[in-house]
Amino acid sequence: MSVVEHSASELLELLARGDASSVEITQAYLDRIATDDKQIGAFLHVDPDAALKQAADVDRRRKAGKQIGKLAGLPVAVKDVLCDSDTLTTCASQMLKSFRAPYNSTVVAKLKAADAVLIGRTNMDEFAMGGSTENSSFQLTRNPWDRDRVPGGSSGGAAACVAAGMAPLSVGTDTGGSIRQPAGLCGVVGMKPTYGRVSRFGLVAFASSLDQVGPLSRSTKDAALLLETLAGHDPQDATSLDTEVPRYTASIDQPLEGLRLGIVREHFAEGLDKEVEAAVREAIKVYESLGATVKEISLPHSKYAVATYYVIAPSEASSNLARYDGVHYGHRTDRAALLEELAAERKQLEAAGDQAALDALDSSLVRMYRKSRSEGFGSEVKRRIMLGAYALSAGYYDAYYLKALKVRRLIRQDFDAAFEEVDLIAGPVTAQPAFKIGEMADDPLAMYLVDLYTVSANLAGLPGISIPCGFSKSGLPIGLQLQARPLAEETLFRGARMFEQATDWHQRRPGADSRAKKH
Amino acid sequence: MSQTYTTIIGLEVHVQLATDSKLFCGCSTQFGAEPNTQTCPVCIGMPGSLPVMNREAYDLSLKTAVAVNCEIPEFTKWDRKQYFYPDLPKGYQISQYDLPMSANGYLEIHDEKDRFEPKRVRITRAHLEEDAGKSVHDEQAGTADSEIDLNRTGTPLLEIVSEPDMRSSAEARAYLSELKLLLTYLGVSDCNMQEGSLRVDANVNLHLDTDEGKVATPIVEIKNMNSFRAVERALDYEAQRQFRVWQETGKKIGDSPKQTRGWDDAAGITRGQRSKEESSDYRYFPDPDLVPIIVTSEQIQEVKDALGELPADFRNRLIREFGLSSYDTDVLVNQGREVVDYFLEVAEHCDDAKAACNWVTQEVLRALKERESIISEFAISATNLAGLIQAIVEGKLPKTRAKDAFELMMVDGIDVASTVDRLGIEQVDESALESLCQELLDANPKIVADVQSGKPQAVGALIGQAKKRNPNVDPGRVREICLKLAQQE
Amino acid sequence: MAITRADVEKVSLLARLQLSETEIETLTVELGKIVAYVDQLSEVDTDGVAPMAHAVEVSNVFASDEVKTSLPREQALANAPSHNPRGYLVPPVLGG
Ligand SMILES: [Mg+2]
Ligand SMILES: [Zn+2]
Repeated sequence: MSVVEHSASELLELLARGDASSVEITQAYLDRIATDDKQIGAFLHVDPDAALKQAADVDRRRKAGKQIGKLAGLPVAVKDVLCDSDTLTTCASQMLKSFRAPYNSTVVAKLKAADAVLIGRTNMDEFAMGGSTENSSFQLTRNPWDRDRVPGGSSGGAAACVAAGMAPLSVGTDTGGSIRQPAGLCGVVGMKPTYGRVSRFGLVAFASSLDQVGPLSRSTKDAALLLETLAGHDPQDATSLDTEVPRYTASIDQPLEGLRLGIVREHFAEGLDKEVEAAVREAIKVYESLGATVKEISLPHSKYAVATYYVIAPSEASSNLARYDGVHYGHRTDRAALLEELAAERKQLEAAGDQAALDALDSSLVRMYRKSRSEGFGSEVKRRIMLGAYALSAGYYDAYYLKALKVRRLIRQDFDAAFEEVDLIAGPVTAQPAFKIGEMADDPLAMYLVDLYTVSANLAGLPGISIPCGFSKSGLPIGLQLQARPLAEETLFRGARMFEQATDWHQRRPGADSRAKKH
Repeated sequence: MSQTYTTIIGLEVHVQLATDSKLFCGCSTQFGAEPNTQTCPVCIGMPGSLPVMNREAYDLSLKTAVAVNCEIPEFTKWDRKQYFYPDLPKGYQISQYDLPMSANGYLEIHDEKDRFEPKRVRITRAHLEEDAGKSVHDEQAGTADSEIDLNRTGTPLLEIVSEPDMRSSAEARAYLSELKLLLTYLGVSDCNMQEGSLRVDANVNLHLDTDEGKVATPIVEIKNMNSFRAVERALDYEAQRQFRVWQETGKKIGDSPKQTRGWDDAAGITRGQRSKEESSDYRYFPDPDLVPIIVTSEQIQEVKDALGELPADFRNRLIREFGLSSYDTDVLVNQGREVVDYFLEVAEHCDDAKAACNWVTQEVLRALKERESIISEFAISATNLAGLIQAIVEGKLPKTRAKDAFELMMVDGIDVASTVDRLGIEQVDESALESLCQELLDANPKIVADVQSGKPQAVGALIGQAKKRNPNVDPGRVREICLKLAQQE
Repeated sequence: MAITRADVEKVSLLARLQLSETEIETLTVELGKIVAYVDQLSEVDTDGVAPMAHAVEVSNVFASDEVKTSLPREQALANAPSHNPRGYLVPPVLGG
């Protein structure tokens, strides 16, 4: 069996026993990347020399009997949205195409401290805005199960690289489903922790009150392993939770006794694909066979979740992205062209004698901002900035932003009530399996509705996990989503692991034929 | 045409809080560093960076809010005020909008020269916010780029907004002086206007009585006032300017939007400023990166209890305990906390508080002014000054030598006993003094005759001679003894 | 509330974006659809509901007032599109 077929936990055992070196393992993944990533496009940046150097260093320290970290020698891919002072952090945006952070995000610092081998930076929707990774301004990422289809997003590269065996573990971020949805569409495990469980320091913000870092992997155990490393209080993030991190890997194999599983009535409404519904219902039967009691619950405000999300997330985004103005870092428009453009406009208006338009003409500074930002941002980012600035502007704040914050509380209260009755909530991750590249390009609203089942957890701050639970007839993975009450990651992992141990969906890999398919 | 008007003034004061580090990061707030040497990812607003609130900044603002009698709500939060400007790297300023940390306070003001009745100026609110950076414009060439320095960015500011309760530039100045005094007593700010630690914007308009009833002129906000004197001058100028404009145009409030004018100190005028484009829509919303602050009434009480004596308390105490005049009290208290403490220590160690007050308000303050020094660096310690006063009280130091002693003590920092030694001052005993006087009378029979014929003032000529013979003699005693001996002859 | 072309133009200045003629037209339509969808929030009864700005209810998080090392100036300025050895450079802030 090739090294790249192993789970992360198995690789750690190989390393510990001395049956494989980190250099060998890293080289195997680099080889897989070299042959396959031209087709998949999961990585924006891979530095084989740097990765092998890290690997060799860990091997040397291991041999010398020195103290080594928890993930020592294990390759980990990182979404290109987490600052790492050793490389660029582009957020898949022209705006930051040459931005090098002078500091490490807490997550990257923790990975380095754990002696992980940072194997590459993964592709994503620009500034994490999107659900297909089609909004990357650099490249497409293809779904390893069907390369005509999207891998989901925004952590599309993070999910695809794990599915395609190009990394055993990868770190993604989830603002409205951006870890769980691509995990579901790529047939891997993806987990969004409780808001505040993992530090956001050094995570380039999309929507600060919703963003959360989390693991993607081939098994729940690997996800637990990675979260153990990433989670914990960070004094540099005021919203990070100051509570101890349990050892998820220690308890994960204990099945939940007397598990009460909630099924949300509203999840099985119109629009849910028949094959997805069948797979999810089948998964629920598996839980019943494992002794769980299944209970139908209602989350009456869940139908407003997408609307709520698409007010709050763009509002925060419009503010978070104001810093990209071409003054202190990032793209700046060409100065000579700018001055020429302004001069030409002035001349034209003067000739027309349009004094009002002349008075309103941008100053060179304002025009510099406008041109730099319009050149640096892609269309989806601009759309969300516009939407957010509109929702926060005078006269609309109460009707949109403030209203959304109130509905957000109602959504959270629905969950609080539900978790009085059940331990976990189970349901679909997405309404459909992976869609075709370009299929939704002309309908932003339809694209937003893809987040239907995932945004609630972000609004409410809950942990959620996506695990493989079946395949469509055409061979596309289907995901099962489990959600738990805040800080109940341990319950979530144990519940997910029960299913994983009873099924083999997570062991399926995109076949050689799909790997060989030409494009 | 003579018409009377009332000037209506409200002030917005931005005070830099005396923290070592910035409001949301660990960069130093030290003034005067080389440009862009006191910044980090957080205050540059780099992608991914996050703010964390400086506890000391909050504590100082709470202390101030309590001291200006504000109500402190249980819950306060942080908002983003959004606008684009090169000295604002995040594209928003972290400030407080609808739920500021304090509101509804007041400050009592009075005038030592009684130009206005003592009054209470209401304070609308005081809130915390971060400062922006600095743009340096190339003055000569309009085309050259501006240089941005972000050292100031993120420095903690407390914005204190008054109600439009002031009616003259004198009242505005008194408000600012009293506020500055209070802030320096609290130690929450050094209030150095030159370094930008205290900045004042004024909102001013006029209320006029006309045939159609009361009328208000459009409100003008004045900026760029770099001293209290400039504030006074700008307000006086602006009131006259608005009255002139009113007479010329008859424009009332609401006829034109609020205008911003900058004070040109050299020219002594205010000038209209180009308003920042469409800056009015700041799109405030709660900052998701910062969590709210919840404060209990017990915590507020603790702050109140720990405030200590404030200027108003000192004024009352100095009058009540030491019988000082309200004028003297003002002079002492307005000098600042250190001078009051110095006075209190002097008064405690001698038996003449009024003399202590005179020495401090006259000799000590004069000496400090001449030396451009401050009380904490003054060579005569409070106990030494008390010693000097006590020596006079006890007659160990002739009043005539007191100034000499003071000068020597100031130069050498020695105590009064050593000073008396060094100056060769010694108590002249009564018999020696009598024989000296007798000698002088014997040598001046004309003076004796004058005294005897009813001109006691003739004895004055002998006092100077006595001092020449022995500098330690008490002139009063010489006069008394000479008169007595002359009469006896 | 329907979004007009004027709204889009106004917001594009607020957000400092320069939109082409076609972008203005498409955005007027697209944002209009999204806002129409979002308008369903108005049917929710939120009387007496406190706004929820944060996903977790944490308060009073502070750092101590300690000076930490700042970035070396070269590093602070390294990503700037235009700078001199002292600071960031931008087109004149006043005038122009
Ligand atoms: Mg302010
Ligand atoms: Zn800083």
